[in-house]
Amino acid sequence: MKRLSCPEVGEHVTAYLDDELADDARRALEEHTRGCADCTRHIAQFRATIAAMRDLPATSLSPVTRDRLLSAFRAARRR
Amino acid sequence: MGLPPDDVVAAALRAGDETMFAALLDTWSRGMLRLARSYVSTSDSAEEVVQDTWLAVIRGIDGFEGRSSVKTWVYRILVNTAKKRGARESRTVPWSSAFEGDGEPALDGAGPADDRSPLLPGWKDLPAAWSVPEGEILASEIRGRIAAALATLPARQRSVITLRDVEGCSSEEVCAILDISAANQRVLLHRARAAVRKRLEDYFEAMRR
Ligand SMILES: [Zn+2]
Repeated sequence: MKRLSCPEVGEHVTAYLDDELADDARRALEEHTRGCADCTRHIAQFRATIAAMRDLPATSLSPVTRDRLLSAFRAARRR
Repeated sequence: MGLPPDDVVAAALRAGDETMFAALLDTWSRGMLRLARSYVSTSDSAEEVVQDTWLAVIRGIDGFEGRSSVKTWVYRILVNTAKKRGARESRTVPWSSAFEGDGEPALDGAGPADDRSPLLPGWKDLPAAWSVPEGEILASEIRGRIAAALATLPARQRSVITLRDVEGCSSEEVCAILDISAANQRVLLHRARAAVRKRLEDYFEAMRR
């Protein structure tokens, strides 16, 4: 099996987390990571970053715009 | 989210079902505002993009052929509208003020619309990953860092990471909405994630000192 360097692991984190690596590439990455605390940490940080992004607060459409759009829908559909 | 299948949605819109239209507005507009913000410089501008998109949807629903999902169709209109407006802004807005808007996190979400608890599961994972004691962590501070990191990304990276990681779209959806290849999507996503991770790393490093 091909041995990966740390930067190679870094390059493939997204493909790995998205489960898009071919079996042998995934095994090589996991094999490296088992023996490498830095890459283990790096991947954990990627996962945590991704999880944190799911929690960003959102802004809603303003009530004025929402009402305007509902009126526009009503008007267009009446014709 | 509880939207019915696409053919039901499209038929309801064509029949003038206002409740269905309102449901789509309320389900997608937040995500659309975020995505629009990838291309335009202010949240007001993003709101206008979203408004223009929905107006185009109202005009165009009779021509919707179901070759993509309704959501993809709406989001593609949004991306085109936002890109055009972004291009116009970059011609008319002086650089300095265009970037002023972007330095500030695009988060007005602390208002009444934000019904989330201050510390959510995602934030709780962060200290563990960076070995920072949890008590030190301020969710709002980290949100600010992430928002600031997103704001500095090039539009293509920002739109991909917004759709994938903030909105939770599948990679197939993202490719269809942005009209990019799977490989391209992965590269843009990876660069964007790496940039946000780096930003958090810098923050946690600074905090430890
Ligand atoms: Zn390593």
